[in-house]
Amino acid sequence: MSAAPRPHWARPVGVGLAALAALAAVAALVSPGMRGTLAAILTDPRSAALAAIWVGIWLANAWLAARPPPSALVRALVTLLFGATLLLLWELAVRLYSVPAVLLPAPSAIAARFAASLDILWIDFVQTILKGALSGYLIGCSAAFLTAVLIDRSPFLQRGLLPVGNFIAALPIVGIAPILVMWFGFDWQSKAAVVVVMVFFPMLVNSVEGLKATEPMQRDLMATYSAGYWQTLVKLRIPAAMPFVFNGLKIATTLALIGAIVAEFFGSPTRGMGFRISTEVGRLGLDMVWAEIAVAALAGSAFYGLVAFIEKRVTFWHPSQRGR
Amino acid sequence: MRNAIPVLGVVAAIMVVWYLAAVWMNAQWTRDQAARAGVEVSFADIVADTLAQDRPRLPAPHQVLLELHALTWTEEVHSRRGIVQSGSLSNRSLVHHGLVTLSATFLGFAFGAGFGILLAIGIVHDRATDMSVMPWAIASQTIPIVAIAPMIIVVLNSIGISGLVPKAIIAAYLSFFPVVVGMVKGLRSPDAMQMDLLRTYSASSFQALWKLRMPASMPYLFASLKVGIAASLVGTIVAELPLGGAGLGTRLLAGSYYGQTIQIWATLLVAAILAATMVGVIGAVQRMTLTRMGMAQ
Amino acid sequence: MAGDSTAVIEAHGVGLTFETADGPVHALKDVNLSIGKGDFVSFIGPSGCGKTTLLRAIAALEHPTEGTLTVNGMTPDEARRARAYGYVFQAAGLYPWRTIAGNVKLPLEIMGYSRAEQQARVEKVLSLVELDGFGRKFPWQLSGGMQQRASIARALAFDADILLMDEPFGALDEIVRDRLNEELLKLWAATGKTIGFVTHSIPEAVYLSTRIVVMSPRPGRITDVIDSPLPRERPLEIRDTPEFIAIAHRVREGLRAGHLDD
Repeated sequence: MSAAPRPHWARPVGVGLAALAALAAVAALVSPGMRGTLAAILTDPRSAALAAIWVGIWLANAWLAARPPPSALVRALVTLLFGATLLLLWELAVRLYSVPAVLLPAPSAIAARFAASLDILWIDFVQTILKGALSGYLIGCSAAFLTAVLIDRSPFLQRGLLPVGNFIAALPIVGIAPILVMWFGFDWQSKAAVVVVMVFFPMLVNSVEGLKATEPMQRDLMATYSAGYWQTLVKLRIPAAMPFVFNGLKIATTLALIGAIVAEFFGSPTRGMGFRISTEVGRLGLDMVWAEIAVAALAGSAFYGLVAFIEKRVTFWHPSQRGR
Repeated sequence: MRNAIPVLGVVAAIMVVWYLAAVWMNAQWTRDQAARAGVEVSFADIVADTLAQDRPRLPAPHQVLLELHALTWTEEVHSRRGIVQSGSLSNRSLVHHGLVTLSATFLGFAFGAGFGILLAIGIVHDRATDMSVMPWAIASQTIPIVAIAPMIIVVLNSIGISGLVPKAIIAAYLSFFPVVVGMVKGLRSPDAMQMDLLRTYSASSFQALWKLRMPASMPYLFASLKVGIAASLVGTIVAELPLGGAGLGTRLLAGSYYGQTIQIWATLLVAAILAATMVGVIGAVQRMTLTRMGMAQ
Repeated sequence: MAGDSTAVIEAHGVGLTFETADGPVHALKDVNLSIGKGDFVSFIGPSGCGKTTLLRAIAALEHPTEGTLTVNGMTPDEARRARAYGYVFQAAGLYPWRTIAGNVKLPLEIMGYSRAEQQARVEKVLSLVELDGFGRKFPWQLSGGMQQRASIARALAFDADILLMDEPFGALDEIVRDRLNEELLKLWAATGKTIGFVTHSIPEAVYLSTRIVVMSPRPGRITDVIDSPLPRERPLEIRDTPEFIAIAHRVREGLRAGHLDD
């Protein structure tokens, strides 16, 4: 905030380097293996080249970010530049350090494998994401919302259910996967069941919170109209709850994806992303593993983006959507 | 403790439903066994049998509790492998496995929360960091790290990093995102009026950080630490799945391979107790800190 | 004070005590008042004098712990169920997810008016408050004054004989306030409603009302009821006349008397 004579990027770069150094020091203290690896990396001249590239592109980013106004195009450019840098450094690191492909394939190799395996990737995508994650997501989120509406009339149930719900939401639900596979069988139904359990409680907590989010004045206004419970619910409390509900829906998208994939580690027909990942790890086909990860990341981002898009349309009125 | 009675009421209701479900779900097996032996079973027999099976589809609550007791207290105190008789924890007890998992969880949480806080400070103070990193941090959560945990562990093992650290790294990855999001919100929470006041004092941004932003972000920090430590536990358990060795995750997998349902439930219960305890401890620290800071609600 | 055949709101010995953690709070004590049809009654007093509590009690949003209160001859709850009044709060309280027209329609939807009826009433009432053409805008696109006018329009949309307003212009600046005061008087003349109006501002109370009820706190009670001799038709310039100043002076004395008990 003070007009310093040094360049505006100096402080963040300095702080960033200091932070990295601190973390590296802690890591080195903790494990002798890390110490050796870190020492090898830091003293290697090739590392200097990579570091130089990183710093150079970071400076370009900082310059872009500093130019007003930060239009949507500039924001996208900065984000993509950062991501592209990571990919570039990855590719260069693999080539420069001759990292074996069974450890860490280069992005170019992954892209090649991706293009060559589109049919397998599609089958896995349908099995895990469309059948497992999406159905579980829809069932779990609607059940949670309906439950929130049902217990809305009973403060007793709310006071009892919410702490229990918070407790269950903190559990490692993925541990339930083997049990659900036992109950629902190997196919996508058990994966959907895992997703339902994973998204239910976070969604319930957010929905209940949302239904409480009306000011006393608004409720008084409804009282002066002698509006019934259902009228008040539909016209006031549900629209007012939408920002919270969508917060829950967004959190649930990541949970759904993770749940569906990890559930497949515990038993699956011979298709599905989790299945493919675990078998390819066993066969050291890591480029396929990364290709599946790319699909997961793309699908996850698209899913999240879709929910965020719907959120923008439904809660257009909320201050957070009107540009802060 | 206004909530105590409703919570107990809900828990009691869950227990009742659980027992009924156990009878209902295990009954098929009982009837099959009876048919094979050519014996008639009455309803009372079914109830008694379904609540005491060795490999039930749904163990009854008391079965889970007994198994838990057997794998912790009995194992450590009465078995010759246990701590009382041999001086070290038994490698069959859930106490041992729980501690292994806990140590990786704490280490990973320390890394993840530490990195998350530093990253949040960077995001709030530097526009380039905000624009570059935040979208990728969000995208990083769509990569199911838990799904590629096996691969990461194999890779790290091959460059000589094994044991506690790979699990901690995965735990850190899962816990850093909630901490970043929460801290960014918290560090940005002081309103414009407060920031203007500091500007009238010509405060540097470090002073603003230390005197205003950090204290203001305490409620958000604690909320995200609670989510983060639970996520860290999940990460550790999943990281333990591919490796074998010690830890609650391996116990889960072992139970699932050998069809020991009750053991799976007992292990899950231990994980649940650990998660609840850790979140509870953070909650207690939260209450004490916020009360001392006058921000208690 | 005794049963007036045109009395719309009657309070006899009304008291309201809140039980708080710090002991009982006597928000209202021994309130006796009779409001006739077509009256414009202002309630004025410092914070804690019970004026808002009294208005809310008439609206059945609070319930007296002593005495009797009737609205249109019924209990306040029955009057509320019969949709006997419109209420305007201190903040406009418009739903941000509805347009202005949508907001004005809210009570009409709840009370079951037909679509055509809703449309007609919305148009009529928006033009009464001079917001024609703003029906399709969203609340955040309007200034504070316009939002408050929309809130008044909402209270006028259905046929309630009584209008209860709780410091509706408190958050607005002086010029906008003057305009809205004039408009409110015009509305009152046009619709003939009975209006209960809570305010902090002495000039506003004197300008708008036919009767001024001066209240004071601890416990909340009425210290003076002034029947205004000013004519019903009032241009803004009337505020500089000696009669106006005399009434304002009497109100001020009433308020000071209430404070002497501090």
